[in-house]
Amino acid sequence: MKAGLYGFLFGMWILIIIGGGIVVTLLGPITITGFGEMNWFIASVIKAVIAIILVVIWILVLSKMKNWIFKKEIKS
Amino acid sequence: MIDLALPAAVSCIVAFIVVYVTTPPLIKFLEKRNMAVKDMNKKEDIMVVRPGGPSIVLGIIVSEIVLYAFLQLNEIIALIITTTAAFAIGYVDDRKVMGGWFKPVLLAIAAAPIIALGAYDTDLAFPLFGDVQIPALYLALIILMIPIMGNTINSIDVLNGVASGFMVIASFSLTICLFIVQNYEIAIVSLPLGFVSLAFYKYHKIPSKIFPGDSGALTLGAMYGCIAIIGGVEIIAAVAMLPAVINSFLFLSSVKRIVEHRQIKGKPVEHTEDMKLKATDDKTAPVTLVRLILAGGPLSEKQVGFTIFKLGIFSGILAIITAFMMGVRL
Repeated sequence: MKAGLYGFLFGMWILIIIGGGIVVTLLGPITITGFGEMNWFIASVIKAVIAIILVVIWILVLSKMKNWIFKKEIKS
Repeated sequence: MIDLALPAAVSCIVAFIVVYVTTPPLIKFLEKRNMAVKDMNKKEDIMVVRPGGPSIVLGIIVSEIVLYAFLQLNEIIALIITTTAAFAIGYVDDRKVMGGWFKPVLLAIAAAPIIALGAYDTDLAFPLFGDVQIPALYLALIILMIPIMGNTINSIDVLNGVASGFMVIASFSLTICLFIVQNYEIAIVSLPLGFVSLAFYKYHKIPSKIFPGDSGALTLGAMYGCIAIIGGVEIIAAVAMLPAVINSFLFLSSVKRIVEHRQIKGKPVEHTEDMKLKATDDKTAPVTLVRLILAGGPLSEKQVGFTIFKLGIFSGILAIITAFMMGVRL
């Protein structure tokens, strides 16, 4: 079980690194024009929605990973 | 950097001595007032006083004031106010049991001084890929960071010495990371957290003479979250804290709502005849880090504590690797 915990920690770390890459490449370049002073606000709303979706996906992947690692450990 | 050596040394000594010296009288004071709870993991009816938060927050305030005298940083003022507010919220919860939403909401408000004093940078730094500018989103991150870190440390405070011992490992790892990313001033500001935790661990380690209580755990967690924001090392701080984050994640994903631990009816852990800890088969009980550690078989409280510390060291190493990766671009 302890090996599984270290594996889970490492998996979480990898997910953070990959998630960071997606955030920088996906959210970073988003800019909106044509709404005057509201440009930054609309861009922020879009970034917030994408960030929330990414976090939800991250949690789902983590849940699957948790079930996979610990069920495998318990069976062995 | 050499100019920072004196403030660093003085603040570390002050942080350690204040907590080391004030905790014994606090224990006596709490004993006189009968402010004690049963240590659930001991065979005999051993009562342990709580909360240790007052000596922890005193150590932090005094050492950070010393640092402010040298460095005059707005960030230090924000850190002192936010940490003190977190202590006050925890102390109210120590004295009177509040609802599950009480702490997260008030801790979010406690983050306001960081925003008001402008003690943050809106760039979120990621390893390998660089920074992303998220001005509005970053404000939400600040508001979320303090309650998350506070409650994360609070949720791992389940065995003798674990919260303070884990905090020693996580905070010193974070300080090393701040030096690696060359944020020397905030690295110095973060040092007292490790020394305060180390001094408190002396009394909190197994067998505990005092428990930190919500006031102590929230103070440590809020200061850690505050350092992550003012130091611009949010991702690194999260990595160093991964075992505690896993504990909160497992708890929330099994309970599926924000509740106080005391509101949970199912027991995740029980005791064997020789008072070792053992995972239960109770399906209504939340999945926790301790329960997973015990899934391999019963262990003593000390063994479980050391397993959590080893996980803390592992995630501390991952945090240091992450800090080095901050300087690398793909």
